[in-house]
Amino acid sequence: MELTTIWFIAVAVLFTGYFILEGFDFGVGALLPVLGRDDRERRALINTIGPVWDGNEVWIITAGGAMFAAFPHWYASLFSGFYLLLFAILLALIVRGVAFEYRGKGETARWRRNWDRCIWVGSVVPAFLWGTVMANIVRGVPLDENFDYTGSIWGLLNGYALLGGLTTLLLFATHGAYFLHLKTAGELSERARALGLRLGAAAAVPALVFLIWTQASFGSGVSLVLIVLAVLALVAGLALDFTGRGGWAFAATALTIGLASAALFCALWPDVLPSTSDPANGLNRENAAATDKTLGIMTWAALVFLPIVLLYQGWTYWVFRRRVSVDHIPAGKAVAS
Amino acid sequence: MHDWGGMDVLDLARIQFGVTTVYHFLFVPVTIGLSLLVAILQTLWRTTGKTAYLRATKFWGKLFLINIAMGVVTGIVQEFQFGMNWSAYSRFVGDVFGAPLAFEALVAFFLESTFLGIWIFGWDRLKPGLHLACIWMVALGSTASAYFILAANAFMQNPVGYQINETAGRAELTDFGAVLTNPVVLAAFPHTVFAAWLTAGTVVIAVSGYHFMHRRDLEVHRPAMRLGILTSVVAGVGLVLSGDPLGKVMTATQPMKMAAAEALYQTTYNAPFSVLTIGPLDGRTGTPIIEIPGLLSFLGTGSFQGRVEGINDLNAQYNALYGPGDYIPYIPLTYWSFRLMIGFGMLAVAMAVIVWWSTRRGRMPTHRLFWPTAMWMALTPFLANSAGWLFTEMGRQPWVVFSLFQTSEGVSPRVGATTVVISLIGFTLVYLVLAVIALKLFIKFVKAGPPSEEDALASSRPPDDSDDADRPMAFAY
Ligand code: HDD
Ligand code: HEM
Ligand code: HEM
Repeated sequence: MELTTIWFIAVAVLFTGYFILEGFDFGVGALLPVLGRDDRERRALINTIGPVWDGNEVWIITAGGAMFAAFPHWYASLFSGFYLLLFAILLALIVRGVAFEYRGKGETARWRRNWDRCIWVGSVVPAFLWGTVMANIVRGVPLDENFDYTGSIWGLLNGYALLGGLTTLLLFATHGAYFLHLKTAGELSERARALGLRLGAAAAVPALVFLIWTQASFGSGVSLVLIVLAVLALVAGLALDFTGRGGWAFAATALTIGLASAALFCALWPDVLPSTSDPANGLNRENAAATDKTLGIMTWAALVFLPIVLLYQGWTYWVFRRRVSVDHIPAGKAVAS
Repeated sequence: MHDWGGMDVLDLARIQFGVTTVYHFLFVPVTIGLSLLVAILQTLWRTTGKTAYLRATKFWGKLFLINIAMGVVTGIVQEFQFGMNWSAYSRFVGDVFGAPLAFEALVAFFLESTFLGIWIFGWDRLKPGLHLACIWMVALGSTASAYFILAANAFMQNPVGYQINETAGRAELTDFGAVLTNPVVLAAFPHTVFAAWLTAGTVVIAVSGYHFMHRRDLEVHRPAMRLGILTSVVAGVGLVLSGDPLGKVMTATQPMKMAAAEALYQTTYNAPFSVLTIGPLDGRTGTPIIEIPGLLSFLGTGSFQGRVEGINDLNAQYNALYGPGDYIPYIPLTYWSFRLMIGFGMLAVAMAVIVWWSTRRGRMPTHRLFWPTAMWMALTPFLANSAGWLFTEMGRQPWVVFSLFQTSEGVSPRVGATTVVISLIGFTLVYLVLAVIALKLFIKFVKAGPPSEEDALASSRPPDDSDDADRPMAFAY
């Protein structure tokens, strides 16, 4: 296989991994005000993702770094072209990360309420915008002969992209609800299950339209198969949640998100950022790529380190496999670290 | 296109880079230094069994978490910013420069953030030895991340291991080993790590000093104080010893920066180092006060008689080499930032020595202003770090990659000034608010002091056989 193909796949895997992993912690953040009725419940919710959200976030840092190294032009065009979208994502991730860490370190209701808002905004905004970004990548944007985006922010807020955003937002929220059904106990878990059902049904509508639109406009044979499978997984997730099989429902949305993301990358292939003005200005895996030398080194690094990372991240999930219930939350103030 | 107070996209992007990076680097040294110190404290607890060390671990662990949260969230901005504001730069260097960034994420950040999560929440989930190993992984990860990012930065100071591809219009990697063993990173890494240790050591001294002043929990703060002093002094010696080779590498690779550090306009043998200068630094009218003969020559070449090239001669050389232009960085900034780096840093070391002397063998300084002064001195390493980086980065101007690519060529060609203004204001405001909050929290938890012995022990009970026992979590957000 050509190195540029390998790295197209590698970048796709990193983004997909990011959507699956941070997808559920975005979901948990987005559901915080809905499911958490009092402070202890909200703390129980936050603590289901407490040990893992930061590790999940490193997937996007790695995806960005890999894109920079393997496809410098893709990285440069995407980040400068989608400037304000990424700026909003960055601000959201900043307040969100700080909020997790600082929320429990103050005692007043106001302090906690404000950080809860930060967690909510910080989860909803990127959950929506990542879908918008992905959709615009697949759809393509006007590029000049230096591969620079010639449009404005309004060009990125087209119907297809907004639908993509709605899809990721609702899918991540569903994913988060199933996760909470799995990871919390008692009444809270039951409520998460019920909400997950409704969210899953609500997500199915935009997801279906978005995926069909994707397939009709940009699809290939492979993307069709993936899309069909993604939709089946979504339906399966609903059924599994209905029957109260939280773990399997969560696996099903993980699959839905993974397959949908894979379908988008297949629809994109072999381009990486098509141009809607002059097609000749578009970026593809060849003209966006780094040299074989760099790609070769990166391949070795990924082969050695990615399995290790998967191993210890997997171990984290094992260590914290226990369900979190409100009874596990120490009463009163947050306790010492 | 809008013109914001006479500033174009280039100026705005530079300001934004400076603001966000200096801000990131307020927290980073504390992370690198404190992760190590917390690991040492926890190790001391495990090996001696003294609960004072456990209480110190818990106390410092919490302060460490307040800090690292800020370091992590501001770091993401750094990584995205190259593409957002500096797309032309990213296209030019991506083939060489991207790899160390990707390595940093793959090797260092995953390690750091994953094990940090386990360490925070794992007190009652892991066997004590394994839990201790987690904080060492965090320390390892944060130090390793410094290596990779400094290797990327070193390429900008002294490009190696590349060739220019004229048709593609970019630098392409030829030797990754050379990039990772750039003489600049070999010299800058120890220097930066020592600077991080000095920063953390000084913070430990200041915080412990607060409790010395109130004579509270001294059994916890005395060992921490000793560790802080030791760290600061070791780091201070390390900084001078590593600054010397760094200066020599810099003179060899970027002689203009060394000349700019002294505002030395004429090539000089036995060049002196002026501690202070009054008046403008234009090489004609300034009056140096306190000059140390030959020191600049020594710093640059290793011999007091050595030849240090002057700004004017270098500028003429560069005009011949790289075409007509102005190759002189902003001299007042390079001159003063170099001195402030050394001056503030050495103040911190001096303070550590004074505190050590005044508290030796159980002594307790009595002067009313002693501890308040020591606490304010915690600011000095932060000022030294910022000054050092301003010197390093501004002294390289007008180049972004020395001798290959100028900063003005690197900016994103199609990003409008208004866009950059929006993000500049957005980041600056959020950073300001967060700085206030983080500082307040930090002070609050400093004042709260370490947990009591019972609390510390209760919240670190290792798992037993009834592993899924329904006891409350040892730590919860
Ligand atoms: C507490 C902090 C501190 C202290 C006391 C010192 N430094 Fe430093 N210095 C830094 C913190 C720092 C830094 C912020 O960490 C820098 C910025 C870039 C780097 O690698 O380290 C730096 C950069 C830096 C550079 C620029 C490297 C370049 O541009 O490539 C030189 C030549 C020196 N230092 C030399 C010294 C000398 C001779 C010192 C003492 C006698 C000294 N530093 C003390
Ligand atoms: C944390 C320590 C660092 C600080 C405080 C810092 C600070 C700065 C400052 C103030 C500038 C502006 C110079 C000017 O505009 O004249 C600058 C420029 C720059 N630095 Fe650094 N820097 C740091 C580390 C790095 C590293 C590690 C990299 C690369 C990996 C880097 C990449 C750049 C780039 C690309 C520029 C060019 C843009 C510009 O000139 O503004 N910096 N830096
Ligand atoms: C301009 C260049 C820089 C970039 C692109 C960058 C990137 C990042 C990113 C993405 C993170 C977040 C990692 C996470 O989520 O765990 C981070 C944190 C960190 N960075 Fe930077 N960084 C830069 C400058 C520096 C420098 C110069 C150093 C050290 C010398 C450094 C050391 C660290 C460390 C130790 C952390 C871990 C957490 C903390 O900062 O408190 N960074 N950086």
